[in-house]
Amino acid sequence: MAATIQVDIVSAEKEIFSGEANMVFAPAIMGEVGIAPRHAPLVTRLKPGVVRVQVPDGEEQSIYVSGGILEVQPHVVTVLSDTAERAADLDEAAVLKAKEEAEKALHNREAKIEYAEAEAQLAETIAQLKAIERLRKRSSS
Amino acid sequence: MAGTKEIRTKIASVKNTQKITKAMEMVAASKMRKAQDRMRAARPYAEKIRNVISHLAQAHPEYRNAYLEERDNVRRIGLIIISTDRGLCGGLNSNLFRETIKHMKEWDGKGLEMDMVIIGAKAVGFFNRIGGNVLGQATHLGDEPAMEDLIGAIKIMLDAYREEKIDRLYLVSNKFINSMTQTPTIERILPTPPSRDDRLKAYWDYIYEPDAKEVLDHLMKNYIESLVYSSVVENISCEQAARMVAMKSASDNAGKLIDELQLIYNKARQASITQELSEIVGGAAAV
Repeated sequence: MAATIQVDIVSAEKEIFSGEANMVFAPAIMGEVGIAPRHAPLVTRLKPGVVRVQVPDGEEQSIYVSGGILEVQPHVVTVLSDTAERAADLDEAAVLKAKEEAEKALHNREAKIEYAEAEAQLAETIAQLKAIERLRKRSSS
Repeated sequence: MAGTKEIRTKIASVKNTQKITKAMEMVAASKMRKAQDRMRAARPYAEKIRNVISHLAQAHPEYRNAYLEERDNVRRIGLIIISTDRGLCGGLNSNLFRETIKHMKEWDGKGLEMDMVIIGAKAVGFFNRIGGNVLGQATHLGDEPAMEDLIGAIKIMLDAYREEKIDRLYLVSNKFINSMTQTPTIERILPTPPSRDDRLKAYWDYIYEPDAKEVLDHLMKNYIESLVYSSVVENISCEQAARMVAMKSASDNAGKLIDELQLIYNKARQASITQELSEIVGGAAAV
């Protein structure tokens, strides 16, 4: 009987770890949890900390996560890691930055969209591109 | 002889341009490969989250998250528009904007109002010219965009949605079909009705810590963020692919131009030699 559990640690940007393990320890929001094979299905949030994975040859791998979600099914453990430290105030700062940039770049302009102008502009660009395409086809044939 | 020197200079300048476009083509080809790898790397995360969400939604039909709930009365629409930061990538951005404008005009006709969050410098320039209500933007993400750079822009829309300032959220970006084809798409990301898949029928349920509601809220936010992130990554693949093709045709065109100019140059040279010869022969005969 294989007493191992499949562990996948992924973030939105990349896969961090994937492999078999004897046991996994994760910093759940209510306290550290240890997951052995055939654990009952569980979903919990993680707080920043270290996920420890005991791989079958006895070694232990430590992976730092800055929060995320832990999903456990009897034979699969998935850690959906956040990519960065997430705190409410940091998120607010990011929002402000995005807004500020928009205001800086988009000064003295109308909130009303000039559809006609936009369509004219785009039609022109696309016509140019098509003309180039046609020219190319003609000259190559 | 007149003309030959000008033609020579012209050939040299076209050759220089060709060198640049060739280099750009090769750079774009290698960047495209890397961007595609990143695209693949971002996929498992979104898939996993989607699985857990549909499971949760199925296991807890009584709890409704605002992000999952369809609203009857739609008055205002949110758009997240993803474009490239740089040009020289053929019609990629123009096609995307055309598709966007088409939809916006339709919505405008129905009396809906629109708010936008813009990612990418090209879209900023475009909407700066034509107008529109822009709430936030994120530009200059580079070839390896980081989630941190997008969080602010996404949160603006998520907050607006929760506060019912917008009733629907659409994501506008290019989909990577293959290196020759990229299609502009407009995809509704909020609300996301959970897939009612019978195979997922929940005979079992998770243990939730701290509780299902909080986990689901957190998951939904992460899900939307990962959707936007993967679209940004995909759009970069599209950008590099489009640039590769555009630069390839530019190099080919330069090659053709050089051939033609070379022909003209040779003819001019030959003509001048013939003329000189006949002058010499004529001169000798006169003596």
